[in-house]
Amino acid sequence: MRSLPYRDAIREALIEEMERDPDVILIGEDIGEAGGAFGVTRRLQRQFGPDRVYDTPISEEAIVGAAVGAALVGARPVVEVMFGDFVTLAMDMLVNQAAKTCYMTGGRIGAPVTVRMVTGTAGATAGQHSQSLEAWFVHTPGVKVVAPSNAGDAKALMKAAIRDPDPVMVFEHKLLYGRRDPVPDQVDPLPLGVGRVVREGDDVTVVSYLHTLYAALEAAESLEAEGISVEVLDPRSLVPFDRGLLASSLRKTGRLVVAHEAPGRGGVGAEIAAMAAEEMWDCLRAPVVRVCGRNTPMPYAPEMEGFVIPDAERIADGIRATVKRPTARRQSF
Amino acid sequence: MDGVIDQDLDKEQKIDLYRSMYLIRRFEERAAHLRQQGFIPGFLHPYVGQEGVAVGVCAALEEGDVITSTHRGHGHMLARGADPARMYAELYARQDGYNRAKGGSLHLIDVELGFLGANGIVGGGIPLATGAALQKKREGRGRVAVSFFGDGATNEGSFHESLNLASLWSLPVVYVCENNFYGEFTPQHKHQPITEIARRADSYAMEGVVVEGNHVLEMREATLAAVQRARAGEGPTLIEARTYRHRGHYEGDMARYRPPGELEEWLARDPLRLFEQHLSAEGVEDARLDEVQTGVEETLDEAARFAEASPHPLPAEALEDVYMEPHDGRALR
Repeated sequence: MRSLPYRDAIREALIEEMERDPDVILIGEDIGEAGGAFGVTRRLQRQFGPDRVYDTPISEEAIVGAAVGAALVGARPVVEVMFGDFVTLAMDMLVNQAAKTCYMTGGRIGAPVTVRMVTGTAGATAGQHSQSLEAWFVHTPGVKVVAPSNAGDAKALMKAAIRDPDPVMVFEHKLLYGRRDPVPDQVDPLPLGVGRVVREGDDVTVVSYLHTLYAALEAAESLEAEGISVEVLDPRSLVPFDRGLLASSLRKTGRLVVAHEAPGRGGVGAEIAAMAAEEMWDCLRAPVVRVCGRNTPMPYAPEMEGFVIPDAERIADGIRATVKRPTARRQSF
Repeated sequence: MDGVIDQDLDKEQKIDLYRSMYLIRRFEERAAHLRQQGFIPGFLHPYVGQEGVAVGVCAALEEGDVITSTHRGHGHMLARGADPARMYAELYARQDGYNRAKGGSLHLIDVELGFLGANGIVGGGIPLATGAALQKKREGRGRVAVSFFGDGATNEGSFHESLNLASLWSLPVVYVCENNFYGEFTPQHKHQPITEIARRADSYAMEGVVVEGNHVLEMREATLAAVQRARAGEGPTLIEARTYRHRGHYEGDMARYRPPGELEEWLARDPLRLFEQHLSAEGVEDARLDEVQTGVEETLDEAARFAEASPHPLPAEALEDVYMEPHDGRALR
């Protein structure tokens, strides 16, 4: 099987969807001739023309709002938010407008817009270019949230997001764009809400996604030597979330660690922990542990950045704690 | 109203415009009363006094054109041909309402009519109309989008971002600013340092015109010119329609912030009275207008009966319609 960078897999999904459906259009800052800040849309304007690939002024609210408005009357827009942090300038259009369309029309119409969120740290990107804001959207009924961790999933989930009749936020991690993974020649859309067991294990379940997933896998490998068998789950989509997969894994392991780059407070890990406690309590043999970004803005200095986001070592510490100290009441990592 | 282009309208067509204006006036006055009687649980922002704008603008539109509206949106929706019975049913929070009781006054919507929604966010509809215009342009069938908003909205970023984008891309959109001289409770001179909002079009190399909004035929004429430009691919227009709301910002607001005598000045220029004078000068007899009024009262009697007879929603219907595609309900709790 050929191997493809995450960036190119996303581009292939965009190309194939644009070829399939003339109403699929791309809108974003510098996505035309410049090919996007991270090169995802390279050469697409040349291929499809300026009436399919719209290079915009720096006007996030108008960009996202125009995409939502176009979606209301038949378009299938895909918006690139150059840095996910900039979505703060377009929140009205997503949270108050798109997220409410289906509900407030009593299910008569939706707002089928796909928003590509360039997310996460990329090394000294500091407080306004490196946030992981997925929890905001997980907390917003009416939008769906996906977070692909490899090239194949990125292609399959992007296709599903574009075809989905609801607004879908796609979180693409900057540090994954160059990552290569095997991708089949033909990739079908992956239904949202289907997670994946990335690594099988017996003692503890680690749920992680995007770039942190690889730190979790590294931690799992390193703990093999200590006789701890770690199962790693990649939910792939956060809304809908594959509860069945989590439950079946916890039935086996009885222990749960959630790891992500976003701050822990009010984060996706908190939701998953609550889900386990409320619905899978019988499976749990130890308190749930979260290994997350610290509750700080993202600092600039590489040593501080590395301290704030979880790495393999910190995840391994979290795993050890839940495996070896099942009665621990409270532990902070 | 001498000199306006109305030769293309025969007497019956003008009477239709009058009917539409009178319907809005009475729909709103009755809604205020129904709310006092306890039939309507939510907010109302009455359109009384501004009828000339909605009816004049919508008289220049055709099937396939779309509009976005505001918190003061009943007039726009009625002028576009909505069913007052289903509107009242929504205000009553009943199952037969336009939004199945999930929206209320601020969120009335009927996409089949080309009415892309009232909006609870000031300036919220402006990017949506801009995006709808983008899709209309792509479709190439000469359809246009119209965005209604008030003087207050012209201080929002969404207004400026949208006008810039629409002019840059020559989108077929008409921006109709209903300058009623108040942004909520604040008079225009205290919320912006200009008196002529139409001049804001200059910043975006866009045509900007000031129109007497209380003259329905002048509104129609100005809109026809703007729509014609839009359909011809000559880009957007900003129309500043000067008008006045006779009632408070919302139903129940006593509007004590208005200087003495101001309301009386505007009542002397009531859009219905002005049009009645015009029709009278054109030879329409009072008896004919009485007949129109009686017909409207009957329609509204029937509409209120329909709303009252419509079932209340079940509480658990709140869980439906969050998504167009709920993935079999999986994990979308």
